[in-house]
Amino acid sequence: MISYQKFRIYIDKFFHVIVYLFSFIALIPFLSIIWTLLKKGLIHVNPNFYTQTSPSATEAILANLSGEIIPGGILNGICGSLYILLITIILTVPLGFFIGVYIHENRKQKFSIFIQYISAIFYGMPSIIIGITVYVFIVKSFHSFSAWAGSVALSVLMLPMIIRATDETLKSLPTYLKESGLALGASYTSVILRVIIPTAKGNLLTGLLISVSRILGVTAPLIVTTLGCSMVNWDITKPTSSITLLIWNFSNNPCMADMVWSTSLFLFIFIIVLNIIAKHIAWKWKITLPHE
Amino acid sequence: MKDKVLKIMLFCSAVVLLLLMAGILYALISQSIPAFKHFGFFQFISSTEWNQIEGQEQYGALSFITGTILTSLLALIISIPFSVSLSFLIGELFVGKKIAFWINSFLNILAGIPPIILGIWGYYSLRPLLISLNIGHHGYGIFSAAILLSLMIIPYSTSISTTFFALVPMKLKESAYSLGATRFEVIRNISIPYIKKCLIAAHVFALGKVMGETIAVTMIIGNINYIPSKITDTGNTLASVILNQFETISDLKFSALFAIALLLFIITAVINLMARYMIRRVVL
Repeated sequence: MISYQKFRIYIDKFFHVIVYLFSFIALIPFLSIIWTLLKKGLIHVNPNFYTQTSPSATEAILANLSGEIIPGGILNGICGSLYILLITIILTVPLGFFIGVYIHENRKQKFSIFIQYISAIFYGMPSIIIGITVYVFIVKSFHSFSAWAGSVALSVLMLPMIIRATDETLKSLPTYLKESGLALGASYTSVILRVIIPTAKGNLLTGLLISVSRILGVTAPLIVTTLGCSMVNWDITKPTSSITLLIWNFSNNPCMADMVWSTSLFLFIFIIVLNIIAKHIAWKWKITLPHE
Repeated sequence: MKDKVLKIMLFCSAVVLLLLMAGILYALISQSIPAFKHFGFFQFISSTEWNQIEGQEQYGALSFITGTILTSLLALIISIPFSVSLSFLIGELFVGKKIAFWINSFLNILAGIPPIILGIWGYYSLRPLLISLNIGHHGYGIFSAAILLSLMIIPYSTSISTTFFALVPMKLKESAYSLGATRFEVIRNISIPYIKKCLIAAHVFALGKVMGETIAVTMIIGNINYIPSKITDTGNTLASVILNQFETISDLKFSALFAIALLLFIITAVINLMARYMIRRVVL
């Protein structure tokens, strides 16, 4: 018969073992993902992969038959992604920032609370819903899949992230910053533009970069808005490709399985680099203010 | 004068957000009206038929509603033991140590893995494993989708739970330790009751997130338009059916897809608002 004290200690030991075990098991699939990405993705790392457009199915089949690596690359996807992303950022950032400031400045007003709930709904809205809505409004009315339809869809997805980043950043600033600006006789506009924004710029930039890294991996709305294209396209009204669309197209085509991994590896590294830059900026431009 | 302009601009941008929401709602409702008119609202959500043959078209959403609920709940159930263990590890057992920092950074990176990469990993690596274990139809199915979705939840809910663990006052924990409580007893009797509501809210958020997940699910769930009878069956979720049946040939089908999108919108909006309400009541 073990004593109650011993029993408690055994329970504690058992608990520790369970926690270690489950944590270890939880990390296995993630390690497997990264391992597979590296193992299968590194085959295609050569200059051509980044400077040529995606291959056709026949080229891929011929390469598979002769045992060579598939020719061609993902240039159309990289250019398309960056192009769509650029338009998205131009559309979203000013608007999202203004809405964030509005929510922060009028936190207790009824209309502002209503806007906060709307923004929360946007934040959790499935991306495919935004995709098909943009399809109805833009693709259907202009009778063509286009790069800007994709940008609009991504903007609607990105908007709540920017709003939240702005709101959280402003929340973290002490109120005396604004009050002392106003007390010195500065107008409301110059307090916002010359005091608040310069102080918060590091955190705002971090928020922007993290939202961009999230947006880069979005696929579903692009499938129904920009469709994809096998050439580099700079025309805003024409179908355009993106990195994620290329992964989707390659994965639907059994003879291009090798390309899937290399493209995914590229996307994954791109996203990690963005995240690391964001962390670095947050750390370097940390808001350090004296306490009240 | 300048202040007034700025304030008007701020207000206008807030109105733009409202207009965007109105636009989305308008599109969803106006496009889905033909389907609801043709089948009737209750008929539509309680029917499992999905027949695309011209002349006898018949669309119902019940099998997809079931699929969505099954996959997301199953994903949540699978993820909870793992995410809770990880957050114990980072937030309590190893708090402040180097290894906790590394695991945490690793999880932050994992939270950024795009769904499509999870999808192709599921398709090329998880599926062969499930085939060898003889689960599902050639590795496809509700269960496989739930595993992928739980991989999406784990980094997210771990990082949230870890921040909640930091909220537990040190004084409470230290007094328990000084009375001779073990680690397990402190976590069970002090930490968890203190942050219970936050944890529940975080998982409700996660539920809303996975319900709308499209691309990873589409790649592995099997895309069969029948009601699943067991969890290893193939099926379809509300989100995945929109993507893989999306075409404009038949107006009625197009409208039915929008009706499904409207249902999905309502479900995720309700879940999100619920989680937000819970967090608001607890934290503020």
